[in-house]
Amino acid sequence: MTISNTSAVDYNFDVVRQFTVMTVIWGIFGTLVGVLIAGQLIWPALNFETPWLTYSRLRPLHTNAVIFAFGTSALFATSYYVVQRTCQTRLFGGKLASFTFWGWQAIIVAAAITLPLGYTSSKEYAELEWPIDILIAVVWISYAIVFFGTLIKRKTSHIYVANWFFGGFIITVAVLHIGNSMVIPVSMMKSYSIYSGAIDAMMQWWYGHNAVGFLLTAGFLGMMYYFVPKQAERPVYSYRLSIVHFWALISLYIWAGPHHLHYTALPDWVQSVGMVMSIVLFLPSWGGMINGIMTLSGAWHKLRHDPILRFLIVSLSFYGMSTFEGPMMAIKSVNALSHYTDWTIGHVHSGALGWVAMISIGAMYHLIPILFNQGRMYSIRLINIHFWLHTAGLILYIVAMWISGVMQGLMWRAVNTDGTLTYSFVESLTASYPFYFIRFVGGVLVVIGFFLMAYNMFKTIGAKDGSLEAVEET
Amino acid sequence: MSDFWNIWVWVLTLGSLVGCYLILRWCLKNFTDVEEGDVSMGHSFDGIEELNNPLPKWWSTFFLLTIIWAFGYIAFYGLGNWTGLLGWKSSNQGILSLAESKAKTAEYLAKDSGVLVQYDREIARADERYGPIFDAYAARSIEDLATDSEALKIGQRLFIQNCSQCHGSDARGTTGFPNLADKASLYGGSPEAIKTSIMHGRKAMGMMAWEGALGGEQGVKEVAAYVISLSGRSVNAELAKAGKANYGLCAGCHGSDGQGSLALGLPMGAPNLTDNIWLYGGTQRAIEESIRNGRAGVMPPWKEILGEEKVHVISAYVYSLSLD
Repeated sequence: MTISNTSAVDYNFDVVRQFTVMTVIWGIFGTLVGVLIAGQLIWPALNFETPWLTYSRLRPLHTNAVIFAFGTSALFATSYYVVQRTCQTRLFGGKLASFTFWGWQAIIVAAAITLPLGYTSSKEYAELEWPIDILIAVVWISYAIVFFGTLIKRKTSHIYVANWFFGGFIITVAVLHIGNSMVIPVSMMKSYSIYSGAIDAMMQWWYGHNAVGFLLTAGFLGMMYYFVPKQAERPVYSYRLSIVHFWALISLYIWAGPHHLHYTALPDWVQSVGMVMSIVLFLPSWGGMINGIMTLSGAWHKLRHDPILRFLIVSLSFYGMSTFEGPMMAIKSVNALSHYTDWTIGHVHSGALGWVAMISIGAMYHLIPILFNQGRMYSIRLINIHFWLHTAGLILYIVAMWISGVMQGLMWRAVNTDGTLTYSFVESLTASYPFYFIRFVGGVLVVIGFFLMAYNMFKTIGAKDGSLEAVEET
Repeated sequence: MSDFWNIWVWVLTLGSLVGCYLILRWCLKNFTDVEEGDVSMGHSFDGIEELNNPLPKWWSTFFLLTIIWAFGYIAFYGLGNWTGLLGWKSSNQGILSLAESKAKTAEYLAKDSGVLVQYDREIARADERYGPIFDAYAARSIEDLATDSEALKIGQRLFIQNCSQCHGSDARGTTGFPNLADKASLYGGSPEAIKTSIMHGRKAMGMMAWEGALGGEQGVKEVAAYVISLSGRSVNAELAKAGKANYGLCAGCHGSDGQGSLALGLPMGAPNLTDNIWLYGGTQRAIEESIRNGRAGVMPPWKEILGEEKVHVISAYVYSLSLD
C-alpha cells in the first residue's frame, strides 16, 4: 500500500516516531528481565547474591516494563497516529504531546531505578511510590488533553470506533490510577494507602483487573480497529457489533476485580457480583474478536504473504482464547483450582504475549515504514522469522504454565483416604521445575524475536528515504 | 451496610445488566438508514469503511443467555444485604471471636436454620468422613501408635503440613526451632509432655538481655566462655573462670550445673547447657548474642486448629523420632 505523505494534513508524526522506537526498545528490556526472573526460578543463583537483582525486586520491574513501558508506549504511538489520521487533523497540544513522551520515559526510567532499589508501595502493577505516581497522573492527564483535544477539532463528522476505545481507556486509566494510588506519604519514598484491610484489597484489584481490562484490552482494541482493517484493506465487519460490544465491554469490565479475591475476607456478594460480571463479559469481549477476524473475510489469502497481517490476526485468536479462559477462571469452583497456581501466569501471558504483544508488533511493523518514509520494512523475511519465533515461544510458555498450574492445583488439593493432604508444597514445586525450564526456553525465543525486530527497525530507519519499495501483491 | 449503600449496590448492579440488555436489543434491530448486510455505513476514516452486518445470531443469543443467567445467579446467591434464595454464605464472615464462631456454626448446621455456610458444611462433612479414623487412634496410647506404621505415616503427613514450616520436613529443626529427632528436650520428651506441647503450645519464660547486668561486653564474653566449657569444649580458661563467678545469675533457670530447667522439673524452657545442643546456634558468636540480648521462643497451640485426635497422632510421630 502506498502511503499518503501526500496528504494535505500536516500530521505530528515526531511524537509517534519517538514512541514507536521506544516501544521496540522497551519490548526488549521488559522481556529480557522476564527471562532473567524465569531463569531465577530454576537457578536461584542467578540473583548473584545481589539485593537489587533478586526476584522480588525484578518481578515488579518486569511487569512494569512490559505493561507501562512496552505496552503503553505502543498505545501512545498508535493512539496519536490513529486519532490524527481518522480525524484528519494535526495532533492537538503541540509541545504537550512532546511532554507526554519525555514525561512517560522519565517515569519508566524512575521505575527502573527505584524498583531494583526496593522502593515499592507493594500494590501489584502499582508498585511505584507516590512522587512517581503524581508524575504519572500529570502525564496521563496531559495525554487525555492531547487526545480529546484532537478529537474535538476533528475534520470528520463521526468519531471512528478505534477512538472510542482509546478514549475509554485513557479516561478510565486516569480514574483507576488516581483512585488506587491515594496514599499518605511519610517520606520521599514511603507512603501508606488511605484504604485498609479488605477495602484496600478491593481497591487494588479494582485497579489491577482494569489495568488489564482498559489498558491491555480496550486500548489494544482501539489499535486493532485501525490496523487490522488497514493492513487487510477491508472494511470493518459490523458497525452495530462494535457499538454493542464497546458499551457492554466498558460497563462490565469495571466490575470484574473481585474475582481476584474469591474465598477471601471480601463480602460474599461482592465476590458473587465479580464472578457474574466476569462471565457476562465473555461475549462482549468476543465481539471485538469477531469484528476483527470477520473483517478479513474475503481476504484470507493475504495471510499467506503478509506476516504483519499474520501477527494481527493471530493476536486476535489469542485475544479470543484468553477472554474465554478469563471468565472460566473467574467461576468460583474453577478459581478454587486455578488460584495461586501457574495457570494464572499462563493465562496472563496468553493475553500479554499473544494478544498485547502480537497486536503491537503487527502495528509497529505497519507503522515504522510509514513514519520513516519507506514503502516496507527492511526485511519481510525477518518479520516472518520473528512471527514464528514469537508464536513458538509463546505457545511453549503458556502450555508449560497450563500444565504446571493445573498440576499444582491438583497436587495441593489431593487428599488421602484419611483426609490428610497427599503432597507437601515443596513436592509440587519440585514437580514444576521441568515446566519452568520450558517456560524459560519460550521466553528466550520471544526475546530473540524482539532483537530481530529492533535490527529490522534500525535498518529501515537507516535506509535512504524511499529506497525500500512496497512489494506488489501477486 | 446502610440502606443507602445497599440501594446503591442494587441500582448499579442491576442497572449495568439491564443496560447491557437494552443496548443489545437496540443493536439487534437495524436502526441505521443503511440497508443491512455487506453494505457500507457510508463514512470512511482514513480509508476504513464499516459495514452494516447484523450481529451474529449465535453471539447475541449467547450474550442474552448469560445476562439471564446473571439475574438467576444473583437471585440464588444474593446481593448487598440480601443473602439470596439459598441463604448461602462462604463462611461466617464478620465474626470476631472463637466462641461466637462456634455458636454460629452450631446454629447454621442445624438443619432448619435455612442458612448454608459452605465452609462449615465442608468441615462437618470431612469430620463425618475422617473422624472415625482418628477417633480409633485416639483410643489407643501414644506408645502403641508409635509402633503402628500406618498411624506413623498419617502422623508424618500431618507433621509435614502443619509443623514442617518451623521444625523442617525432617523434624530436625533450625535456628530457634528445636530439633525433634534428637534426645534433647526443652519441655519433656515423654508422650504426654509432647502432646501437651502440641495441644497447648509453649511459651519460654524468656531469657532476659544480660549485657547490662554483666557489666558490658567483657562480662558477656566471660559467661559465654564458661557456658561453652560446660559441654566440654575447650575455651580460654581465664575467661571461663571469670565467667563462672557470674554464672550464679544463670543458675536460677539453667540450674547450678547447667543441666537446664527440665532437669529441675520446671516448665520454663531453659535449655540444658551441657549437651552441646544449641537452639540458637553453638558458635561463640551465637552464644554471646544469646547472652547479650536474650531469647524467647514460642510454639503456638494446635488444639483448636487440629483437634485433640489429630494432635494425638502427631504426638506419636514426634515421639517415634526419638526412639532408637
